[in-house]
Amino acid sequence: MARMKFLCDAERCIECNGCVTACKQEHEIPWGVNRRRVVTINDGVPGERSISVACMHCSDAPCMAVCPVDCFYKTEEGIVLHDKDLCIGCGYCFYACPFGAPQFPQAGAFGVRGKMDKCTFCAGGPEKDMSDAEFKKYGRNRLAEGKLPACAEMCSTKALLAGDGDVLADIYRERVVTRGKGGEVWGWATAYGRPDAPRSGVAPPAGAAPQPGAAPQPGGKT
Amino acid sequence: MIRISLAVAAVSAVALLGACGERPQVLEYKQGTYQGKPDTPAYKNAPWDGDKTAWEKTLAQRNQNQNEYKRTR
Repeated sequence: MARMKFLCDAERCIECNGCVTACKQEHEIPWGVNRRRVVTINDGVPGERSISVACMHCSDAPCMAVCPVDCFYKTEEGIVLHDKDLCIGCGYCFYACPFGAPQFPQAGAFGVRGKMDKCTFCAGGPEKDMSDAEFKKYGRNRLAEGKLPACAEMCSTKALLAGDGDVLADIYRERVVTRGKGGEVWGWATAYGRPDAPRSGVAPPAGAAPQPGAAPQPGGKT
Repeated sequence: MIRISLAVAAVSAVALLGACGERPQVLEYKQGTYQGKPDTPAYKNAPWDGDKTAWEKTLAQRNQNQNEYKRTR
């Protein structure tokens, strides 16, 4: 069984926002709602990296865990979807999501939250597949058409990959091996340091140069 | 004494081997406590009409379009 995932190659992302535009155009998403965003770290300084972020369709999704009305469900392919007819727009899922994926259209002059909207991995929702009702509530159902998410298929540099997690891992591994770098940008070494990096709690000597490939400094512009 | 040693060795071996066990890493997706409307799987529609294997094959082929090394080599 395929486990649908996104993977963004930070070595390739050029912050063109083509994925954001493709998503908005494909699903006719209203103003104020961004199912996908491009986040840039260390903007304008050496080591700048960009990464395209949307719902990551978590295996153990916190949004599902906190929803008071249990409007979330997961498809056989591991895609996290929700029923807008049940959603009460409380925003708990937004607080729980580490990626800021849930979006809330403003339904009034005073910013009253509407029903939650988020990336569906272009898989629609619990309405008849490829119907008008599904399109209006959840957007286009490209998976039912045998296509992958528009954001990834539109990505000009193929930085954003979407599809079966195992296949994506193979594609990414081949890239990293071919170019000989880039695997360290996002991953274990960034999060937990390297064996040759100073241990946490041990201050580096005064005037020491930063470690090459070290994690981005806090305070980087996003 | 030998019996006790053998028994301790056997228990130790079982305990050590127990740590080598591997649990499946893939979650079993269940509907859980979902209260909303049921959703039909994507492969239930035309042209697949329930043929999940054909649908997955289509997506797998499409997936490889994202791998430019497959296209250029």
